Amino acid sequence: MNNKRPVNLDIATIDLPITALVSILHRVSGVVLFGAVAVLLWMLDASLTSEQSFVDLKECLQSPVAKAVLWLILAGLGYHTVAGIRHLIMDMGVGETLESGRLGAKFVFGFSFVLIALAGVWVW
Amino acid sequence: MGMVTAVTSFGRSGLYDWLIQRVSAVIMAAYVIFLTGFILSTPEMTYQLWSDLFSGTAMRVFSFLTLVSLAAHAWIGMWSVLTDYITGRLMGPKAMPIRLFLQVSMGLGAVIYVIWGVAILWGVN
Ligand code: HEM
Repeated sequence: MNNKRPVNLDIATIDLPITALVSILHRVSGVVLFGAVAVLLWMLDASLTSEQSFVDLKECLQSPVAKAVLWLILAGLGYHTVAGIRHLIMDMGVGETLESGRLGAKFVFGFSFVLIALAGVWVW
Repeated sequence: MGMVTAVTSFGRSGLYDWLIQRVSAVIMAAYVIFLTGFILSTPEMTYQLWSDLFSGTAMRVFSFLTLVSLAAHAWIGMWSVLTDYITGRLMGPKAMPIRLFLQVSMGLGAVIYVIWGVAILWGVN
């Protein structure tokens, strides 16, 4: 390989177009969700073990920290799902041009922003 | 193709992985939408309503399918991420053992999720 070929790995100088931003956030949210599943399963367990543990969980979710954690998880799940559905739609060949790709990316941000805001309202 | 497919990918080839990733995504999305709908349409959630939902056979099957989808989806997804960043080009010869370790841990985590989930779902009465 010609090792004098130009490379640009200085992340600070790379300007991310909106479509790339959608993509990298989808990746980050996917990785975060993998860890978050532990919390979700823990909550499912607590909610189903007994009437008492159900009530205890509700109690626990009153704390601001628990609310913040839950909201972050829901935000990650909401974003990953919305961006994932866009990905599936594009896999079917819809919205693959530069212009429609950008439009789809804006739609992902707009829609997940609304969902995440609503999730916040629901949690608090 | 043979060079990269054999070692760690989940399905038999990249195409299978691609397909599994999509099918699992659809199943999980359906589950998320369904549960969100159930929670939002229940004004006052009680233990009775909640445990009734999860003790039904259909819901057990749906939840189990979602768990298995999650494990496969996360495995394939994390595989893509690890093979993109933990590479010899970025990290030198240590990349291989590190990636293998992360991959095994992640696979174990996914298996634990499924077993834990099954224990929860089949423990409800
Ligand atoms: C909590 C469950 C989930 C976890 C842990 C998870 C995790 C991941 C990870 C780690 C990736 C790899 C990202 C990458 O390669 O850039 C990924 C990709 C993907 N996810 Fe998820 N995901 C979950 C739920 C969902 C849901 C509900 C959807 C619904 C549509 C979805 C759709 C996708 C799609 C389409 C891809 C493929 C992206 C690609 O090929 O680049 N995921 N997921």
